[in-house]
Amino acid sequence: MTEKRKISLTVNGESREVDVEPRWLLSDVLRHELGLTGTHVGCEHGVCGCCTVLIDGAPARSCLALAVTIDGSEITTVEGIAEEDGRLHPLQESFQKHHGLQCGFCTPGFLMTAMPFWADAEDMTDDELRKEISGQLCRCTGYSGILASIRGAAAIARERQGER
Amino acid sequence: MTTKMFGAPVQRNEDPRLLTGKGRFVDDFESGAYGAAFLRSDFGHARILSIDTSEALALDGVYGVYTHADLEGLLSEPLPLLIPSPNLFAPRTQYALAKEEVCYVGEVVAMVVARDRYVAEDAVGLIFVDYEPLPVASDLEGASLPDAPVVHSDMPDNVSGRATEEKGDVDSAMASAAHVFEWRFEIERAAAMPMETRGVVANYDHRTGSLLLHDSTQAPTGVRGGLAQLFGLDPDSVHVVAPDVGGGFGMKVIQFYPEEVMVAWASRKLGHPVKWIEDRREDFVGSNHERGQVHHIKVAADTDGRILAMDVKFINDAGAYCSYGLIIPIVTAAQIQGPYKIENFRYEYRNIFTNKVPTSPYRGAGRPQAVYVMERVMDKVAGELGIDRAEIRRRNFIGPDEFPYEVGVAWQDGGNVVYDSGEYEKGLDVLLEALDYEAFLTEQKEAREHGRLLGLGFGCYVEGTGIGPYEGAVIKILNDGTVNVAIAVGTQGQGHETVFAQIVADELGVAVDAVKLVSGDTRRLGYGVGTFASRSAVVAGNAVHKAAQTVKLKAAEVASRSLEVAVEDLVFADGRVHVDGAPDVGIPLGQLAIISNPLRYAFGKESEEAVLLAQRAYAGSDRPLPEGTSPGLEATEFFSPTAGVFAFGTHAAIVEIDHDTCNMKILRYVVHHDCGKVINPMIVDGQVQGGVAQGIGGAFFEKFEYDDEGQLTNASFMDFLIPYATEIPALELHHTETPSPLNPLGIKGVGEAGTIPGAAVIANAVSDALGQPIDTMPLSPLKLFELMHPGHQEA
Ligand code: FES
Ligand code: FES
Repeated sequence: MTEKRKISLTVNGESREVDVEPRWLLSDVLRHELGLTGTHVGCEHGVCGCCTVLIDGAPARSCLALAVTIDGSEITTVEGIAEEDGRLHPLQESFQKHHGLQCGFCTPGFLMTAMPFWADAEDMTDDELRKEISGQLCRCTGYSGILASIRGAAAIARERQGER
Repeated sequence: MTTKMFGAPVQRNEDPRLLTGKGRFVDDFESGAYGAAFLRSDFGHARILSIDTSEALALDGVYGVYTHADLEGLLSEPLPLLIPSPNLFAPRTQYALAKEEVCYVGEVVAMVVARDRYVAEDAVGLIFVDYEPLPVASDLEGASLPDAPVVHSDMPDNVSGRATEEKGDVDSAMASAAHVFEWRFEIERAAAMPMETRGVVANYDHRTGSLLLHDSTQAPTGVRGGLAQLFGLDPDSVHVVAPDVGGGFGMKVIQFYPEEVMVAWASRKLGHPVKWIEDRREDFVGSNHERGQVHHIKVAADTDGRILAMDVKFINDAGAYCSYGLIIPIVTAAQIQGPYKIENFRYEYRNIFTNKVPTSPYRGAGRPQAVYVMERVMDKVAGELGIDRAEIRRRNFIGPDEFPYEVGVAWQDGGNVVYDSGEYEKGLDVLLEALDYEAFLTEQKEAREHGRLLGLGFGCYVEGTGIGPYEGAVIKILNDGTVNVAIAVGTQGQGHETVFAQIVADELGVAVDAVKLVSGDTRRLGYGVGTFASRSAVVAGNAVHKAAQTVKLKAAEVASRSLEVAVEDLVFADGRVHVDGAPDVGIPLGQLAIISNPLRYAFGKESEEAVLLAQRAYAGSDRPLPEGTSPGLEATEFFSPTAGVFAFGTHAAIVEIDHDTCNMKILRYVVHHDCGKVINPMIVDGQVQGGVAQGIGGAFFEKFEYDDEGQLTNASFMDFLIPYATEIPALELHHTETPSPLNPLGIKGVGEAGTIPGAAVIANAVSDALGQPIDTMPLSPLKLFELMHPGHQEA
């Protein structure tokens, strides 16, 4: 169980090789082997969603994946979503603008969960949007700031487009 | 002129860091640390006959396996009693590792340190403990009975403390009252459940004899002092950092949890950093709970619904140990009268041990129970006498001209409860208007005719906040004009890096993001108490304010000497100090900082200028540093409040119960809230919203399922339901601002307010919807089914 195997991942656009024990969770490998501590672990049983990352573009719970099983995949974490010039991603900026976070522990999970749909969120009904994030727990905010943040991201993106 | 930042919805300084994955939570430190894991009791109550650690020790990668037999000196004694009290006559605190007896499922029995957490957990599975099971006292009321099994074998019963107080003459008031009612109320356990569990990383350096602890705690200064004493270390060599804390809500304020001392001890023993991060199951069974109480109430009213006398007898579920003393029942007893004027009042409580996780304050701390009971009483008296529920509250409120108001009972700091200021009726009016209360009553009548189960519930509360003894702040202006601030209280998401920066920004005329605040790091400020009891903004906020004023004065004196103008003629704005009426004649704050410490070390043109200015500044003095001054623009100040300050508010929910699913839908949740002067309305709203979500969670979703053996049968997020976005409605928030006269900023705390009336509001609303008393909490669809279908109870 403790014999390591080498796997290759593309993490935030960079290829990384890492020796992992077969039982290591992706969340542990990201955090402790690759130093990407922005991905948080709140339950390790797939319910809170804090550990959500994108695996090949789709949100997934890194606490439920054994790193060895996703050899060759492309991973995006919260460290990899800001603009190339270092500016916050519109979704990140919207979280600051609409007070979408307090302690910030759940936040990376919400950001990664919303990555595939934030651009369409302003047209969703309240119920639809709530359902989209109904796999993510936040204990601090009561969610209203989070909902406003996701909904408000598209406007920020548009404003930026205008600036160009 | 710079716009005032105090009172503005300023965006948070901490957000960019937290949004980009650069937050630093406890598990983000010391990636090379050894991993620790703990073996915990599987029994609610048992004697430990033997522990066999040999197989665990033999496992490859295991560096240490420890039981109580390995502990020496103070560490082999029970952990400290944090808040002793004369009324706490039988305190019990737990050992760092259980000695001969375990008293709850989850109690720490043995510790493993290994190459990593995976191996440590393997080894935990290889420790064999021989237990002799003992009778278990699981149920609170059962444990309080004289013939109950004892939680601690060395005690004759389970009563750890008792207190009573009376104001007026309750018995005579009852004897002559028009109406006297008696009711029983019960509220079960709840818990904080922050998204980040607890965690500790210790690094003991043998060369220097120093210990650095990163701890997800709300009270790093206390942890530091305690550890120094425990290990006989020079306190200046022990440092505790509470980094970013992923929520605590009171649960992370306890010192000591056993793991906190054991991890530090193991690092010292092994000469290597050691880390323990609690997993979620451990959090369920190893981190403190709160709330469990049973009340027997006798209340007397006149025919107008005025409460003439109240007699409160309650028991409080202490769990297996009580390191936090009697704080919870003290707060319940002291706050149960809420915003109401009750001339004759008596309470008696008993603090009862049970074989379950220990309890200590969780957001609200004894108040949610108090408010639940009082507000049910109000509704029930209104119902009995046929009085409108808003009206009966109005008739009983303390009037706006009655402050300061002596509540007539003792407070947690030992003094008496005295409300500093309040406008309770005005608050209710704000709420009723927002609700359109009259329209609701009509709507409800129609809805009922169509068989819809629509109900409204109120919850009025007063929240004691901002207790002492003190907090401090260190402020330093750097050579580049940045203002560094250090406070001893940690943060747990309340936006300290922003709200305290706002206070400083106004005082020194700098931008909010030019203020860099570090909180909860004993290397920066060793004196302080902690972030709990809604006290940080009030106590640390006023300390920051004071320190900013002192620094400002220092800077003004230096500027006055450099510019040769009187201090009174100087203006602080845009990061500079300039002469009033002549904005061009001035000096940037950073340059003033250099002038105040004119060493010939600095780089850049600004520094050269500053050295020249310094020569001028000191020309009139007989020495470079004039008598009575100190180098640098730095100040440390402390604020100690004379008494707590009391925030207040009223919440209301309109709910509808589904006939078929028995689910409850919250159609509206309206809040009136008053926490005095608001520093940042965006953050205050966030605190209230998050608090309400926890209140709703505790009232309808979160329920600990303990069985008779003291097993927590739903210790995971799969089975214990914390509300998601689909369960929490959009809130309607309304504020008034009644300043506190007791501190210069006029502020009161806000951290717990949202949670406090949760149980009351939901119980009253559901009771109204179903036309049935809701006198045990929490609720759930299953419980509503039982209430709505009494014949099916056994099904
Ligand atoms: S940590 Fe992965 S879902 Fe909770
Ligand atoms: S912001 Fe703290 S858990 Fe969501």
